[in-house]
Amino acid sequence: MEIDSKIMEVKKMSTENGVIYRISGPVVTATGIAPRMYEVVRVGNEGLMGEVIELHGEQSVIQVYEETSGIEPGEPVIRTGQTLSVQLGPGLLTQIYDGIQRPLPKLEETMGVFITRGVDADGLDLTKEWEFVPTVKVGDELSAGHVIGTVQETETIEHRVMVPPGKEGVVKTIESGSFNITQTVCKLEDGSEIAMMQEWPVRHPRPFVQKYAPDVPLMTGQRILDFLFPLAKGGTAGIPGPFGSGKTVTQQQLAKWSDAQIVVYIGCGERGNEMTEVLDEFPHLIDPNTNKPLMNRTVMIANTSNMPVAAREASVYTGVTIAEYFRDMGYNVALMADSTSRWAEAMREISSRLEEMPGEEGYPAYLSSRLAEFYERAGRVETLSGEDGSVSVIGAVSPPGGDISEPVSQGTLRIVKVFWGLDAGLARQRHFPAINWLSSYSLYPQALDQWYRDNIASDFPEVRTEISTLLQIESELQEIVQLVGSDALPIDQQLTLEVARMIREFFLQQNAFHDVDTYSDLKLQYDMAKAILNFQEEGKKAIAGGAQLEDVVNVPARTDLMRGRFEEGYDGRIEGLVAEMSKQIAASMEEN
Amino acid sequence: MSGKEYRTITDVKGPLVFLNKTEPVSYNEIVQLRLSDGSIKNGQVLDTSDDQVIVQVFEGTASVDRQTGVKFLGDVFKLPVSKGLIGRILDGAGRPRDGGPEIVADDMADIIGAAINPYSRQSPESFIQTGISAIDACTSLVRGQKLPIFSASGLPHNDIALQIARQAKLVGSDDDFVVVFCAMGITAEEYNFFVHDLERTGALENAALFVNLADDPAVERLITPRLALTAAEYLAFEHDYHVLVIYTDMTNYCESLRQIGAAREEVPGRRGYPGYMYTDLAMLYERAGLVKGKKGSITQFPILTMPGDDITHPIPDLSGYITEGQIVISRELHQKGIYPPINVLPSLSRLMNAGIGPGKTREDHKSVSDQLYAAYAQGKELRGLVAIVGEDALNERDLQLLKFADIFEDRFLRQSRDEDRSIDEGTLDLAWNLLSNIDTKYLVRLDQKWIDKYHPGEKKGEEE
Repeated sequence: MEIDSKIMEVKKMSTENGVIYRISGPVVTATGIAPRMYEVVRVGNEGLMGEVIELHGEQSVIQVYEETSGIEPGEPVIRTGQTLSVQLGPGLLTQIYDGIQRPLPKLEETMGVFITRGVDADGLDLTKEWEFVPTVKVGDELSAGHVIGTVQETETIEHRVMVPPGKEGVVKTIESGSFNITQTVCKLEDGSEIAMMQEWPVRHPRPFVQKYAPDVPLMTGQRILDFLFPLAKGGTAGIPGPFGSGKTVTQQQLAKWSDAQIVVYIGCGERGNEMTEVLDEFPHLIDPNTNKPLMNRTVMIANTSNMPVAAREASVYTGVTIAEYFRDMGYNVALMADSTSRWAEAMREISSRLEEMPGEEGYPAYLSSRLAEFYERAGRVETLSGEDGSVSVIGAVSPPGGDISEPVSQGTLRIVKVFWGLDAGLARQRHFPAINWLSSYSLYPQALDQWYRDNIASDFPEVRTEISTLLQIESELQEIVQLVGSDALPIDQQLTLEVARMIREFFLQQNAFHDVDTYSDLKLQYDMAKAILNFQEEGKKAIAGGAQLEDVVNVPARTDLMRGRFEEGYDGRIEGLVAEMSKQIAASMEEN
Repeated sequence: MSGKEYRTITDVKGPLVFLNKTEPVSYNEIVQLRLSDGSIKNGQVLDTSDDQVIVQVFEGTASVDRQTGVKFLGDVFKLPVSKGLIGRILDGAGRPRDGGPEIVADDMADIIGAAINPYSRQSPESFIQTGISAIDACTSLVRGQKLPIFSASGLPHNDIALQIARQAKLVGSDDDFVVVFCAMGITAEEYNFFVHDLERTGALENAALFVNLADDPAVERLITPRLALTAAEYLAFEHDYHVLVIYTDMTNYCESLRQIGAAREEVPGRRGYPGYMYTDLAMLYERAGLVKGKKGSITQFPILTMPGDDITHPIPDLSGYITEGQIVISRELHQKGIYPPINVLPSLSRLMNAGIGPGKTREDHKSVSDQLYAAYAQGKELRGLVAIVGEDALNERDLQLLKFADIFEDRFLRQSRDEDRSIDEGTLDLAWNLLSNIDTKYLVRLDQKWIDKYHPGEKKGEEE
């Protein structure tokens, strides 16, 4: 019934109707219509949603977002005149969508626990009323992007209703009170009407005034990331790693603890149970910055590996468009895409059905330009309304066999500024997060150093350099140890190895599943790094004064310092623990 | 649809038949071919258009000629399902193989299966005790999980799978598992081994078997696991059974996938396997799990043999990206005569944390597991060092760890094929016993409170 009326509706709008000529998996070829590229069409008797991806003489090639079994040539294809768009407005937050913005709870209502097909669902609840508070008055001159009012969308997030791009003028009327998102809340002198909802085609970046250079770090509470390889707000990062190396856990840690105001999490072609875990967990997790459930700031997109592959291709665009929309309100948004390799594979699958000439490893030749376009939608911008907003993009990559010489990893590394390289060897040693400190890099520290000096400590950059230098030296010493054993090294180098071990086990290792250790704020990270350097300094002094390495390393206070990080209130106690350690190390010298 | 029979075959290529001038035929529709000698073959539409239809023939295209009659049956492939599937042996296309009657269908289920709405899933969190210490302690299995066995030719993966099928149970629950066994291209010998073992233990009455042997049509293998999973879904979600699906060997399945891809002249991905293999495998593996409001569950145990023992080969690689962990069988341990030769280091259970701990297994489980792992990993690494510098160069800690690695393999991993260890006394207490060979100060992964409570040498019993 619903579908019939939908078809009737689009029939009215469409200028022409066509028929199916050929079906091959998710790719359907139609004749008798002349649609525009990327136009949305309705395919078959059930009105399945599809998108035109190639025009070929008389034929239009369509990727279909739903299962195509049982559809036959001759069934109708109907134009809608629109490109693939998302609905933007109050109601996005806390929602979980499939790749084409159909709310999954809604789909469960209409089709039960299994996802069948032919069901349409609006991305937003069109009937729910929201309390609209105007921020402009009659006579104000508005341009696109201007905020006309606010809605308290969740406990923590205020939704700013904006003039949609392309509209401008002088306010004729402005409402206040409860409205649903399709009702007009503002009229302009030229007669155009503005509601709380707007639509935007997902494949087009939303407009802004200009891009700024990022100069504020995105804090994640993850020591190795924040301290050694920081990401800036508005920056881009890639996390490649073989299976089992902790990509998803890292992505979820970022979704949980990063200090963005809005988080968009895209589960792109990944496991169903993982999305369930996020759904179960997030409503119970408390945001350390607001003390309210993390779910309040989160939008999720779940197109699992067994859901239609064309919708997987679209899911990444759906997610980034929603992220840009919140950016335009002046928020800092973090977007996680897990995994971009599955997205690339969706492109490959569609491309091979189109019988396109393949590039490397069967991927389409446009793979790297699509990757670049996607990451380029990140950035810190001046919004149309003059605010400062950002979208940070963190993409997981799943290279086959963990070998990052493959096209998706390489295409990603050419674009992103931060590389967090996950390492199967570290994961096997249960060193988590299994991010390799020698191969990973971040190009942001220079841009961020001033911020660190102003906000954390004046010597922050120097401490960081010292820590990473120690790790570098350790890797060189380890090569010798592999050959001759550590006893053959001079005592000061043995101390260096102990210090590096402390960096690895005390600082870099962080237990995502431990209530306290899962998050360290940047000040604490700095204190911990200083504690390690303090151990090195005191140790050197003691050894010069005749102490045994063994005694220096085994002072009880050092164990207390290291174990203490698992206990509440560690940030308050660390100073005392360090002082006690120094005292005991100094004492070890006197014993000898 | 029409019952028309077409004789318009133009090309036959490998398992594919091309024909033209048909009336509209739907995608994935089931096809019947009648050969000139009267025999029947079955197939499925892979590609359809006004001008040409491509049919994949399950039984292979031997003896197909241009005169062969092709009939489109107007429906997609469906399996007759009922509780009567339990205790039956069917062939790779779902026909009885045990000489019994046809399945009386309560329902006809589409074998492609629909994706479970991620929102409707329920998180798996019930620990399954397999009685195998290496799995229970280090890569704990949880109901609703998909945990493949990564093995290689010549290794005892079948014994392990059978032992799991025999012993798997929920601690503190009487719910039994129904086993759905799916054979893809395995030899008759292996098949007999499975059937005899299931018979011997009486498990056969509680199992449904779908069997495609090595000499059965290769293309049929592409539907066999779908039939098995369709049966599993029906039993789990319509009749509240807890279903354990064992399928072997995924490698043969992937070979068939490659064969079809090659016949269609598709652009191949890595090592000639089709680019959509990830999606295709996901359509199988993702049919594991629990859903809200249903009592039953599907737990999957796919077995795959890694070509050349190579874990980066596309088949184990793509599987590992979809499944929730893997159990890796080691040739090295097997050659040392250790059964089960499970290498716990590359093995992993992603759902382990949800299934263990107080109220599920035991409060110290996580710590013990981490400590076992760390100590064994370091001990194993030291073996390499000792080979170069000799034991004399090692300090006390390293010597203890080195010794621990041997003890761990010999006493913890090794157990007999019929030994069913409980998680509590059988596995975790054994672990504590073995860990007590290492000085407590080196056991850094163990919380002090667990050392006080469980360490055989340090135990501060309540009676004190």
